[in-house]
Parts: sequence; structure tokens; C-alpha cells
Amino acid sequence: MINKLVLENLKHRWVRTFLCALVVGVQVMSILTLIGLSRGLLQDSAQRAKGTGADIWLKPGASFSISTGQVNEKFVPFLRKQPHVAKAIGVLIVPLGGAEILTTLNGVDIAEFKAFGGGFRMLQGKEPTDPNDLIVDEYYAQQHKLHVGQEVPLLKHPWHLSGIMQGGTLGRLVVPLRTLQLLTGNAEPARISQILVKLDDPNRTVEEVKTLNDLLQGNLTAISYRDFIGQFSISNIPQLQAFIGVMTGMAVVVGFLVVFLAMYTAVLERTREIGILKALGAKPRVIVDILVREAIVLAVAGCLIGIVLAFAAKSLIMQLVPASLQVVTVPDWWPIAGAIALGGALLGAIYPGLKAARQDAIEALAYE
Amino acid sequence: MSRDGLQNSDLDRFIIRVRDLRKTYRVGEVDVHALRGVNLEVGRGEFLAVVGPSGSGKSTLFHILGGLAPPTAGEVNIDGVDLLGLTENERTDMRKRKVGFVFQKYNLLPTLSARDNIGIAQSLAGITQQPSDFDETLRTLGIYGRLDHKPRALSGGEQQRVAIARALVNQPAILLADEPTGNLDTANSDAVLGIMRQLNKTKGQTILMITHNPEAAAFADRTVTMRDGRMEGA
Repeated sequence: MINKLVLENLKHRWVRTFLCALVVGVQVMSILTLIGLSRGLLQDSAQRAKGTGADIWLKPGASFSISTGQVNEKFVPFLRKQPHVAKAIGVLIVPLGGAEILTTLNGVDIAEFKAFGGGFRMLQGKEPTDPNDLIVDEYYAQQHKLHVGQEVPLLKHPWHLSGIMQGGTLGRLVVPLRTLQLLTGNAEPARISQILVKLDDPNRTVEEVKTLNDLLQGNLTAISYRDFIGQFSISNIPQLQAFIGVMTGMAVVVGFLVVFLAMYTAVLERTREIGILKALGAKPRVIVDILVREAIVLAVAGCLIGIVLAFAAKSLIMQLVPASLQVVTVPDWWPIAGAIALGGALLGAIYPGLKAARQDAIEALAYE
Repeated sequence: MSRDGLQNSDLDRFIIRVRDLRKTYRVGEVDVHALRGVNLEVGRGEFLAVVGPSGSGKSTLFHILGGLAPPTAGEVNIDGVDLLGLTENERTDMRKRKVGFVFQKYNLLPTLSARDNIGIAQSLAGITQQPSDFDETLRTLGIYGRLDHKPRALSGGEQQRVAIARALVNQPAILLADEPTGNLDTANSDAVLGIMRQLNKTKGQTILMITHNPEAAAFADRTVTMRDGRMEGA
């Protein structure tokens, strides 16, 4: 019967109930979309790294970062001479900047890359043959409505779009290495961002990583494919973890404020009803219980709305900006986001609940 | 002798026994003596009307007998329970089964149907079964066919009759009614008072009714008058 009273109370003020659940839902959606975006972008990067077919990565620092032109290209032929190194190839990575800060232009020797890992799977057009040729993946082409043969100005340079490739190999945008080096001041001496290495026996990866690190003495850091992919996780990026923490905290605060306001106004509005319940024998804990149950219903409804909104946001993002932002569904975070919403809602119900429980029955019954 | 000094035979005979009941409220820095030594005995199955002008202490007496407010001093015994020593929680428990309230403004929960308004009183008392003759009571009250309506869809008379049903569903020792016809027109007033009298006569329900209306008081077996916090003529 108490549950029925709770539901009827919520139905009675359905606009307030809906708006309250919606705001909680927006917070849940924010958390799920943020986590989905973080994972989506990292998984997308990891997928492209996997698509190169490299066994070992060599880069200047030990942490996850995009470094532009910090590696002397002479390391590439040096590495090719090392035992068990079958192939080595340099890649220059340049962020586009501006509105496309997360998108990078990847310079690679096209012929060498074809030999290294089989090249690109072209959906339209052909791989770059001219120094000014550019290929993009299907997501970038869809987002920017590009078609083969058109001119694409990037880094103040008129590139010619020679083809559209399937996503998941090296980068979204790939151009000839030399042209990119010349454009970005990395030609003299020739510099690159990282070196990909393919071994004659992938099973030797762990030993060869150690051998190369001993050999390079800190000039470059070699890491295995497995470790490199492992770097594409939220736990390896402290700034992202902090950002997620801030967003989660905000969700708790907003959930608290919204439910607090809803419950507080409900208590004021239902003063007489609270008096009736007390006259009928409801103890203070029953009054608190009613408000807590209402808060739980709001949080659960908000959580469900949030999950639906997160799917909608994902769909919208993937339609509008599939190249800039990749979102994945994160069902493992549904209970976490739900718990965050519930926590905020319960905090918001405490004070109004106690206020209601402390109300004097006689005064409450006399309330107009 | 019982622990509060009353004879066991008195306890059996009188379902309400009040001796030298005093109630003092603190309003700001002023003590307001609402009850100044009330003595009252109500027999089992009696229908008593308490009349008196505004400020005479009727409502304070109603609140104390109903366990909504604690007495300051004196003896208040309701069906064998001495209210003076009870904590707020104990008074709340007492209300669930010993007392049924009928208020002037009906005081139904607006979001629940008539049936659920009756049901929640049972739920709060932890009772799952309605009395075997409760359907008959609902028919007597004339609300049997109106139970699925919410209060806003019921007339004032119907709402008050639902409130009476709610007050009776837990088979309380006493039914306390505070100006039960104060918001009703004459026809509905007579109907409600007639039903209360019928319930008193057919089911032996003890009723204490607070009213300032002599015509309403005439429905009772006996009328006592309060003035200035005391029973007149006591």
C-alpha cells in the first residue's frame, strides 16, 4: 500500500516527476556518453594501431601521447639492421588542430607501408601515388561529405583525395611521408613521430622489446603491441580519469539538488497529508521511507531515461561526426551511473524526509 | 486495583476515563492552560457529544484522547492504556488500533482512491484482513459503489463517510470525531450523524464527538459541555 501511495504521489505531480527524472536522466546520459566517448576514441585508436600489423612500437616518451617529429628518421634504417627485425617503418603524426584537434594527418611511405602490413583496404579510388595525394577513411569521408577526386585543404595545403579506405588502418587521413615532412618543417633533418617494427617471429616480441630498449639506451622507448594497445585505456590517462571524476561528482550534485528540490516542495505541498498519515499511526521512519522510495523511483526512472538518451546521443554523434568522435555503448557503466544517480537522489531525499518526519501531526492537520 | 489506581471494574465499564487532566502549552514565553483539570468518563458503547464555545479546550481534549498530543498532568485511560506515561512512539502505536479519527475536513489522501484511503489505515496498523462485517459497514455508509473513486470525485458527504469507514476499519476502541459535520450541508450532516448513531447502536461502537452544534449533539446519548478548559458542572 505504501508503494501504491508513492506511485500515486508521483503520478499526481507527473510533470514535476517527469522533469525531475529527465534531469537525472540527462546526468546519467552525460556520464555514459563521456565514458562511451572516452572508450570509443581510445578503442578506435587502438583498432587503427592494430591495423598496421606492427609487433613493436618505438617512440620518444614512455607515456601515451602524440608527438610530432621528435624522432630522427635515421633510426629506421638502423633498426632494420637489427637481428629479428623483419621490417621497420617511420610514421609522422600531425594533429589537424582547430576544430579537429583530435584528428591527425599520418605521413607514411606508401610503398613501404604496403610491404609492411599489406597496405590499405580501399573502398573507392586508389592509394596515394602523387606527393599531394590523400586518402581518408570512410568515417572521415562521411562526416565531411568527401568524394574521390576533390581537393581537400588541410594544413594550408591543397591535397588531392585519391581514395577512400576502410577504417581501422594506421589513421583516418594518410598522406605521403615526405610531403608531410616538408609541410611541417620535419624534412631537414628528416623527423618522424614513431617507428613501427615487424619481427621475423612475433613470439619473440617480449625479448626483442628488451633488446631494443637496451640498445637504444633511452633515445627511444620500445613497447610491444600488447602494451601499446594497453595504453589506450582510461586508467592510463590521469587527466581523463580526473575529468570523469569531475563529471561524476557534478552528476551527484545535480541529482542531489534536483531530487532535494522536488522532495522539498513535495513535503511543503503535502504537509496535511503527512499529518493524516501520522494521525493514522505512521511513525517518522514511515514518512522518511515514503520520500526515500519516491527518490528511488525518480533515480531509477532517471537512470532508464539516461540509458535511452545515451543511445540517442550515440546515434546522433555517429551520424553527425563519426570521424571526430567515436562512441561505444558501455553497459558495464549502467549500474555505476545508476548507483551515482541513486546516491544523489538519496542524499536529496534525506533533509526533506527528516523535515517531514519532524512535523507535528496537529500542526500538519491544521495546515491550509 | 490496577497500576494507575483505577478499579478493574471501572476499566471494564469506562472505555475512556479522564481525571484531573491538564494541558499547558508554551506559546513564546507565555504558558497557555488549555485544560485545567478535566474529568470525564465514557462508557463502552456510549455516544458522547462534547460541546462548548471556541477556546473551551474541546480540540485539545480531542488531541489528547487521540494520542496526538501528550497530557501535561492527570490521568487519561483509553481502553486500559494510560496515556500519561507513553512516549510519542507508544502513542503512535496506540492510535493504530485504539482510536479512529474523523475530522471536519475529511482529511483523505487526495492521491488515493476511497478504497486505498481505507486500505492505508490498515496497512499502517499492520492489519491485512478487513473485519468480516466491513462490507456491511460500507453499505451502511452508502459508499460501497464509490470505493474506486478518488476524493476529488466524491461529494463532501461521501468523503466524510469514507473517512468514517477508514476510522472504523481497524475496529478501534473509540471513534473520535471532531466537528464531523462542520463542512457539510444539512442533508449530508443528518445523513452522517444518522450513520454514526446507527453504527453506535448496531455495532456498539463507542463514539466521542466534538461539536459546537447543538443539533449535531442531539444525535448523541449524552452531551457534556466544556468551558475554559473544564467540564461544566463537573
